[in-house]
Amino acid sequence: MANTEFKQSVDKALHNSNLSGALGRFSEAYATARVKAYEGIDFEQLRERIAAIKGYAAEHQNELAEQFTKAATARGAKVFRANSPKEVKDYIANLCREKGVKRIVKSKSMASEEIHLNDHLVKQGIQVNETDLGEWIIQLAGQTPSHMVMPAIHMTRDEVADLFSKEINERLTNDIPKLVEVARKELREKFLQADMGISGGNMAIAETGTIALVTNEGNARLTTSLPKIHVAIVGLEKLVPTWADAAPILVALPKSATSQQLTSYVSLITGPTPNDDGSMKDMHIILMDNKRSEMAADPIFKQALQCIRCASCLNVCPVYRLVGGHVFGKVYTGGIGTILTAWFDELKKSEDIQGLCIQCGNCKQVCPGKIDIPALILEIRRRLVKEQGQGVVQKAIFSVVNNRPLFHAMLRTASKTQGLVGAKEGFIRHLPLFLSGLADFRSLPAIADKPFRDVFDTIKQPVLPKKVAFYAGCLIDFAYPGMGEKLVSIMNKAGYNVTFPKGQTCCGAPARYNGAYEVAAGNATDNIKALLEEDVDYVISACPTCTGALKHEFIDVYESLGKRDMLPKARRLATKTMDFSSFVKQLVDEGKLTFKEGQSLGRITYHDSCHLKRTLHAEKEPRELLTQAGYQIDEMFECDMCCGMGGSYSLKFPEISKPILTRKLSNIKATGAPMVAMDCPGCVMQIKGGLDKDGAKITVKHTVELIDDLLS
Amino acid sequence: MFDLFKARAEAVSAEVHRFAAKGEAMEFIKETFRKEAIADAPQSYAVWTDCPFLVGEDKDALAKEFPGLAFDVTRDRSEQAKIGVTQMHWGLANTGSVCQNSSDPKERLASMLPIIHVAIIGTGQILPDLPALLETVHPKDCAYLAIISGPSRTADIERVLTIGVHGPKRLIVVCVDDLGGNN
Ligand code: SF4
Repeated sequence: MANTEFKQSVDKALHNSNLSGALGRFSEAYATARVKAYEGIDFEQLRERIAAIKGYAAEHQNELAEQFTKAATARGAKVFRANSPKEVKDYIANLCREKGVKRIVKSKSMASEEIHLNDHLVKQGIQVNETDLGEWIIQLAGQTPSHMVMPAIHMTRDEVADLFSKEINERLTNDIPKLVEVARKELREKFLQADMGISGGNMAIAETGTIALVTNEGNARLTTSLPKIHVAIVGLEKLVPTWADAAPILVALPKSATSQQLTSYVSLITGPTPNDDGSMKDMHIILMDNKRSEMAADPIFKQALQCIRCASCLNVCPVYRLVGGHVFGKVYTGGIGTILTAWFDELKKSEDIQGLCIQCGNCKQVCPGKIDIPALILEIRRRLVKEQGQGVVQKAIFSVVNNRPLFHAMLRTASKTQGLVGAKEGFIRHLPLFLSGLADFRSLPAIADKPFRDVFDTIKQPVLPKKVAFYAGCLIDFAYPGMGEKLVSIMNKAGYNVTFPKGQTCCGAPARYNGAYEVAAGNATDNIKALLEEDVDYVISACPTCTGALKHEFIDVYESLGKRDMLPKARRLATKTMDFSSFVKQLVDEGKLTFKEGQSLGRITYHDSCHLKRTLHAEKEPRELLTQAGYQIDEMFECDMCCGMGGSYSLKFPEISKPILTRKLSNIKATGAPMVAMDCPGCVMQIKGGLDKDGAKITVKHTVELIDDLLS
Repeated sequence: MFDLFKARAEAVSAEVHRFAAKGEAMEFIKETFRKEAIADAPQSYAVWTDCPFLVGEDKDALAKEFPGLAFDVTRDRSEQAKIGVTQMHWGLANTGSVCQNSSDPKERLASMLPIIHVAIIGTGQILPDLPALLETVHPKDCAYLAIISGPSRTADIERVLTIGVHGPKRLIVVCVDDLGGNN
């Protein structure tokens, strides 16, 4: 659980309206601009290539580093391979001493921030100036970057005016072009006087020994041209094999970072060039390891080395846009920042920040490096739990969840006692969290009088030729049994009998999200046993999180625990499992279900549940069903943005969950539609709860609740 | 190809002009010098790096016509110049970029320090895109490959797009159809 200091920094960020305002506006504009930037480009194909290039590079890091060293050395550069931050700092400090360097200009380099290079050099009496405008601003302010591409996005023009006024000792107004002019003048002087220029490197091309630098301001050109010494600090993950490999990355980087076709300046530098006085430049390239080779050797985390630092994962993150970068710590921010911090700094440092991830999967969808960021964050969680053990409360909860009879008995008890603790208020969570609610007497309003498993026994089904098993998931079973009843009725209409294997229990998602993989595996085993007991044609679930668990996560959990003997069964279950809407869509296409003719049901808007869209890739299916049934869909803005439910998230970070929900509600309301449909009972709970509080007269329905009456 | 190049370059705030012959292009550049009041005073100089475009031109006469124009590009002169003229080797249609082998530091001084960069390019040198460029150029003949798309820009203060932070505030691209020379 998050510590108080961390909670305070989250709180502070949430209350900084300038920060969340700037980030919110930016992320809205970004989404549209990015689509435009990628117009006419096959993004999937492009990122497939980038992932292949960078994935290969991660696997051949050492080899490529050697090849790069050879090629760059042959061109006259001095290449130094540094393992630790200290080696990098010593190398540069020595070089400064040797060459009498007093003044340094830097163009943006995250690797140098990672090792706190500036501090070190300043302590040696050397003047160091950042020249990227954003970096210079935060340097003057004595802060750390809040965004990987826009380091000073959290600051207002007034704050910048104050900083600059102090710097040049003259009162400045907050006129942005004038402030930029001041920076131009001030930094121009520094460029002209500098003895050394330090840059990062967006790529290091092994075949040719080339460093690629990408900027909009042009400061990298000045940094590499004016001072007589150029030092490039490049993380080993920036290596790519060939000259031609540079193209896809240069194509994707600006589009993903700032929605530009290309940044104003791209420089591809291969070895030293002459200085303007005719002497040759003294060029040093530091290939920095700092745990990158360790990362490359990790079968799971090597994927993170595919990152090209475009920061698009930050821009689409519903949490990041509320809290900004500073709560993440020092250098790398957002989801990928959490992963890089866990490695380049230490695992322990990511303990709090990893909890910020709501697992909505937006970042994974836009990442040009094709990194499964949410999965890597779960892996961090798992390793943290492995290292430090599960907390006492969580342990208690999960021991209950892992014992189905006890777990279900407690839920039944909860349904009886909830009236006593004052139901109605507050919203409800994915199930095992009800139990943590039990501990502090939170209200448990949505637990039904009779769970679906009891209701099921009273349903009379006709005798039909085919069979599906229904996997209800805790939420439908114990909170929304009515959804289950509708599902049975629909299946019957299509010619399927429904079985409800009673041994089914929690899908293990809450345990997995908390890093308790053994518990998740226990859940998986119970469910597999129950669901495969009888031979059915399909296993259907109307909860995308559960469907995702049955289809993918059981397999992943067993694999990551090395429980190979369970895999065949898990795979068998996976092939049978389908989400409700995709299955019904299939039945309609096959002619097994038909909608009544000529229904005109009016306007509706649709909310994409994170796991339905991004894990199960069912985006069209529910929309087509609703349209075929006779609804007219009015799409809402950011229809696929998380509603803030995120399972236990709304309990752990209610202060974050709430503004995410607020935004969702205002997007729903803005459509003017009287009803919003979705395919996840968790989202129903969150959005219904929100609208209830809000007082808006908008009906919230799971698709399963809408379809039945509309079938002929 | 040129139309796409022009559209994309203008989309990133470059100014694009096309001329059939070198003579017309020269007239345009001179006109630009006049408009910008190039003179023999700091902040009003112009620098012009030696390039195929200048082959056959009477540089002395040009320098006489525009006191303050120098073909001898130095750091100080470039820093004090209002206009820098360089010839580019390639263009990229789909990004509206101009590209140059700028291994000679004079090319960089003249194209990054002055307030206005005039980039001359042969229309025939426009390639479709970046991958095509990387197929055309290899670092063995080009130690410093510069790809320039529009003037210098930043959005680091409140995300307000502002032109001309470290590099030129204007990029004027002069396309010439019958540009001879060695590229
Ligand atoms: S993880 Fe992906 S989206 Fe995020 S910065 Fe890296 S490349 Fe960009």
